[in-house]
Amino acid sequence: MAMLTRDLKASMAFVERNFNLTKRYWGWEVAWLVYSVAGALAVTLIGDSLGDERLLMVLVIGSIFWSYLAIVFEFIGESVQWERWEGTLEYTFMAPIRRYAQLLGAALYAVIFGLIHTLFVMLVLALFFELDLSQANFVTAVAFTLLGTISFIGIGIAASILPLMYVERGAQMVFVLQSVLLLVSGVYYSIDVLPGWMQVISQFSPATYVLDGVRAGLIDGVGIDRLLHDVWPLLIMAVVFIPVGLWAFGRAERYAKRTGRLKRVG
Amino acid sequence: MQTGISPQTKTVTDERPALLADAAQVVAPAPAEPMAIPALLAEHVTKRFQVGSRRKRKSVMAINDVSLRIERGEIYGVLGANGSGKSTLIRLFSTLLTLDTGRVEIFGHDIERDEMAVKRMINRVSVDAAFFKKLSPFENLAYAARLYGMDAREARAETIRILARLGIGEKRLGRPLEQMSRGMQQKVAIARALLTSPILLLMDEPTTGLDPRSKLEVQSFVEQLRDTHDATIVLTTHDMDEAERLCRRIGILNDGRIVAEDTPDRLKALVAAEHGESPTMHSVFMTFTGRSLDDDLEDETPEDEED
Repeated sequence: MAMLTRDLKASMAFVERNFNLTKRYWGWEVAWLVYSVAGALAVTLIGDSLGDERLLMVLVIGSIFWSYLAIVFEFIGESVQWERWEGTLEYTFMAPIRRYAQLLGAALYAVIFGLIHTLFVMLVLALFFELDLSQANFVTAVAFTLLGTISFIGIGIAASILPLMYVERGAQMVFVLQSVLLLVSGVYYSIDVLPGWMQVISQFSPATYVLDGVRAGLIDGVGIDRLLHDVWPLLIMAVVFIPVGLWAFGRAERYAKRTGRLKRVG
Repeated sequence: MQTGISPQTKTVTDERPALLADAAQVVAPAPAEPMAIPALLAEHVTKRFQVGSRRKRKSVMAINDVSLRIERGEIYGVLGANGSGKSTLIRLFSTLLTLDTGRVEIFGHDIERDEMAVKRMINRVSVDAAFFKKLSPFENLAYAARLYGMDAREARAETIRILARLGIGEKRLGRPLEQMSRGMQQKVAIARALLTSPILLLMDEPTTGLDPRSKLEVQSFVEQLRDTHDATIVLTTHDMDEAERLCRRIGILNDGRIVAEDTPDRLKALVAAEHGESPTMHSVFMTFTGRSLDDDLEDETPEDEED
C-alpha cells in the first residue's frame, strides 16, 4: 500500500511538470486552441451550409470528440519523444519510479488537458450553432467518453514505445498512427463509405465505437443498454490495451537499454 | 525526508542518510579504507554496441572487461579521451544501459536484480545540463524531487540551500533555465543530483565546456563535498589537473579498458621510474594510452542511423 501511495505521488510529478510546461508555452497553447476551434468550425460549417441538421450534429460530435481523443493519444504517445527532445529522458528513466506510475501521470494530465481544451471547443461550437440536444442522452455520451478514454490511454501507451525504440523516426510513426486512426474511425463520415479493407481496420480503433455510441446518445437519445455492440469492443480494448501497452513498454525499455537508445538523440 | 550528501557513517545502508545541517560542523572523513561492502563494485563488465547503418553495421566494444572497486567516501576519477568509454561506463552504473557480461553492485545491490534499490542510491550529473529549458530551476528540480518521492516544499527549501552554496541566489530560480549561462545550468544540474541525497554520485565530465570561473566553482564544490561529507563520487573527466586535484584514485580508460589505476602520485611515480624524470599527469596518460587527451575518437554509442 505504501509503495502504491509513493508511486501515485510520483506520478503527480508528470502532472505538475506538464502543467508547468503548458504554463510556459501558453502562447503556443492559445495558438493551438484557436487552430482547433477554426478546424472544428470549418468542418461543421459544411453541414450547416447544406442545411442538414443531422449532418451538422454528426460533424460537431466528430470534431469535438476526436479533438479530445487525439489529445489523449498525442500526450501519452509522444511523452517519451518530448523528453528526448528536451534531453531529460535519461534522468526520468534513471529515477526510482515504476513505469505504470510514469505513464499514469502522463495519462492523467492528458485527460485533464484534453477535457479543458475540448470543453472550450464545444462551447464555441454551441455558441456558433443552435444545436438541438432535446433528445440527447448525456449518460450515454459520458459513458462512451470514459470507455474511450481508457482505450485511448492503452493505445497511447503502446504508441509511446515507438519513440523509445526508434530514436529519430518513432515520433513520425506515432503521427502516422494517429492519422490512420483519424481516417478509419468515422470521425466526419460513416465508416460504411470506406473501402472494405479500411472498414476491417476501423474495427480495431476505439474511436469508431466511441463516436458511434456518442452520436447515438446525443442525436437519437439512445441509452447505453441498447448500444452493447459498441460497448463490449471498448471494454475489451480497455482491459487489453493498457496491460499489453505496459508490458510492451517494459520490453521496449529493456531493448533501449540494451542498444543504448535512451541516450539523447533526435 | 532529509536530503543532501550524507555525512560519514559506519553502516552501509540503502536508506537515505541524514543531511548535514551545516557542513562546517562536520569533521572531515578519514581516508577511505577497504570495507566489506564497497560503494561500487564492477567485475568484468563488457558492453558492445551495433553501430552504423543496416548495410554497414559493425559491432563496437565500448567497455571491455572493466573491473573496479570503489570504497565508500572515495572520489574515483575515470580519465580518458573522448570516445574512450567514460560516458558508457557511467550509463552502465546509472542503470541506463544493460550489461552484456559481468556484474555491478552498488553498496551490495546488484544493479540488474535490485534496480529500484540502486536507483534510490545514485544520481548523475552529465556533461550536458539536460533540463526542460523553458521551465525554471525550481520547476525542474521540483519535478526531479517528486520522482524521488520528495515533498515539493521540502525540495524547494533544499534547492535554495544547495544553489546558494553554489553561488546562485534565490531570485534567479524562478526564471526559465534557458536564460541562464551554461555554467549556471550545470550548477543547477549538480543541485538536482544532490537534492535526492545520493550515496553514490556519478559525475560525467561535469566541468566540460564551462568557463574557467564556473569550472573552478564546480571543482571547489566537489572538494567541499569530499572534505566535509561522506560523498562517494565517480568522476569522469579528460581534464588531468581536475582529476589530480579532486580524485583519490584514478583509472585511465582507453578503448573501453582500464589500462592503469592508482593514486595520482603513484601513477606519476610509476611513470617517473620508467622515464627517469618527474612526470605530469599528461605524460602519465600518454604513457598508458599512447595518445593525447585531445584525441577525438568515434563515439562508441549508437546514433539514430540505426532506426
